[in-house]
Amino acid sequence: MRQYITRRLLQMIPVLIGVSIVIFTILQLAPGDALTGKMDPHLTPERKQELRHQMGLDLPVYKQYVRWAGGVLHGDFGESTNFKQPVGKVMNTYIWNTFYLAIFSLILSVLISIPIGVVSATKQYSKFDGFFTIFALIGISMPSFFFGMLLIKVFAVDLRIFPVSGMSTAGSTAVGISYGLDVARHMILPLIVLTLGSVAGLMRYTRSSMLEVIRQDYIRTARAKGLKEKVVIYKHALRNGMIPVITLLGFWLPALFSGAFITESIFGWPGIGPIEIGAVSGRDYPLLMGINILFAVLTLIGNLIADVTYAVVDPRIRLK
Amino acid sequence: MHLETKSKVVEVKKEEILSPWKIIRKRLKKNKLAIFGMYILFFMVIMALIGPMISPYKMETIDLYNVSASPSFSHILGTDDVGRDVLVRVMYGGRISLSVGVLAVLVEVLIGSILGGIAGFYGGLVDGIIMRIVDIFLCFPGLPLLIMLAAVMSDLKVPPQYRMYVVMFIIGLLGWPGLCRIVRGQILSLREQEFMQAAEALGLRDRRKIFSHLLPNTFASIIVSATLGIGGAILTESALSFLGLGVTPPTPSWGQMVQSVNNSYILQFKPWIWAPPGICIFLTVMGINLFGDGLRDAIDPKLKV
Repeated sequence: MRQYITRRLLQMIPVLIGVSIVIFTILQLAPGDALTGKMDPHLTPERKQELRHQMGLDLPVYKQYVRWAGGVLHGDFGESTNFKQPVGKVMNTYIWNTFYLAIFSLILSVLISIPIGVVSATKQYSKFDGFFTIFALIGISMPSFFFGMLLIKVFAVDLRIFPVSGMSTAGSTAVGISYGLDVARHMILPLIVLTLGSVAGLMRYTRSSMLEVIRQDYIRTARAKGLKEKVVIYKHALRNGMIPVITLLGFWLPALFSGAFITESIFGWPGIGPIEIGAVSGRDYPLLMGINILFAVLTLIGNLIADVTYAVVDPRIRLK
Repeated sequence: MHLETKSKVVEVKKEEILSPWKIIRKRLKKNKLAIFGMYILFFMVIMALIGPMISPYKMETIDLYNVSASPSFSHILGTDDVGRDVLVRVMYGGRISLSVGVLAVLVEVLIGSILGGIAGFYGGLVDGIIMRIVDIFLCFPGLPLLIMLAAVMSDLKVPPQYRMYVVMFIIGLLGWPGLCRIVRGQILSLREQEFMQAAEALGLRDRRKIFSHLLPNTFASIIVSATLGIGGAILTESALSFLGLGVTPPTPSWGQMVQSVNNSYILQFKPWIWAPPGICIFLTVMGINLFGDGLRDAIDPKLKV
């Protein structure tokens, strides 16, 4: 197992190099650089040239890439031009807000969708199953930004139950539990938007996986030897039915973070999404590179987690 | 007795004549949800194609006496904040959103099936290289990268009327690896079958073997994944346009029309300006999902697409 993980980690290196080269090239396609948009009157063309030289912007593209990659190896992602802070520090400040949102949404959707998926499978074609099949369908087809706006309109603007945006009430000095409650109140609407989409997908996946298991011969055997239906379903079928679902959760790691993108920007949640959109409009290339590499790493780690958990929960799988 | 057997024989023969596509159509017809989805799609396409022709208004007609007017007889869905008819803009937006979805998937299918076919047929080094490219594409962060590409596009000063083509090309370019894997997997097993030995014996060229003998056998999964892919592409396009990074004014698209909610007054008091395009996105994607699921079940329920 350890050998397998090491090899997989090593295999990530060429993929990451490929990804970073492509993203770097795309950014270079854009005319202008961090200094083009600056209207500062103190910046004479000569001074700009000097700064460009200082920042290495006048080097050929491949040399700039090598310079950037060399920095990354030392944990230095460059300096964000928007924030005037190291990229690593900026990402560290905001990624946690995204992480809280993502992790709560993950927990919530697992808690909701797996039980519903299992019951739907055991009562295939029942009213319960039909209702949640339609619910899932609505969940996958609903554009998250539109759903978010509907929620804001109804619950924040009309009914005034929840705040419209942000992560805490502006100007509030609350600390401790009251601060936590304030954040929770701000979190509810974005959480609903984020969870609806994932619940829908996970529920359908659980259902189809359980349906496949229930048709197996060993389930018939379990019933034939007189086990109670509950034991058959929740002990024998569930364990096998959950294997693909657990794998799916690994793939979700990156999807959760990038899924939060739009939701965050709608609700003004200070996560990584609005930061990237800000970086895009401010031409903050170092920050953009950092965020995209972070997401690529998350994707690769998610895939690895998926494969490893697959082997852990299913002893029939041997990792080579 | 004798007659009965005979008629049975005839019946059996009749069923044998059914071509695979006829069987699929027959199964599809039984699936009420899939048919419902098909009708929604049909309605949306007709509305987007024919609607603007019969509407008394044009995309940019401004009715100065009715700015931000609520729905009425003359403007069925009301007018927006500069006095343009919402209904006709929704129809034009539908043209854009639907065609971006379809064309993006076309790009996806072209790249995915050709590269998948080549990788599966040749195997070895070619396969290895193509699959590594697929790996790299699969770990591109989808939305963050799209946002970045859209910004680069703005910097390159792409004119608004061409932006939509660029958006659809980018969405397609990021979406092909999934399909490529599916096609490759199927070709790997198809190329070992007897009909390929026959093709070999006939001395066919590789190009013909791949494109006229192997790929047609994977059409079922290509069609299903393309159908479902259109829904995904429409959602991506609308999200990008909502963020102001996809299709930009004056070209209307559904996502971009929802963007008017950024004005909190419109959000609160003028729902007819932003709700109809949002509902259209939702209904179209739902129609595609219903129809696509039904199609998969009709072709082969075990198809993992």
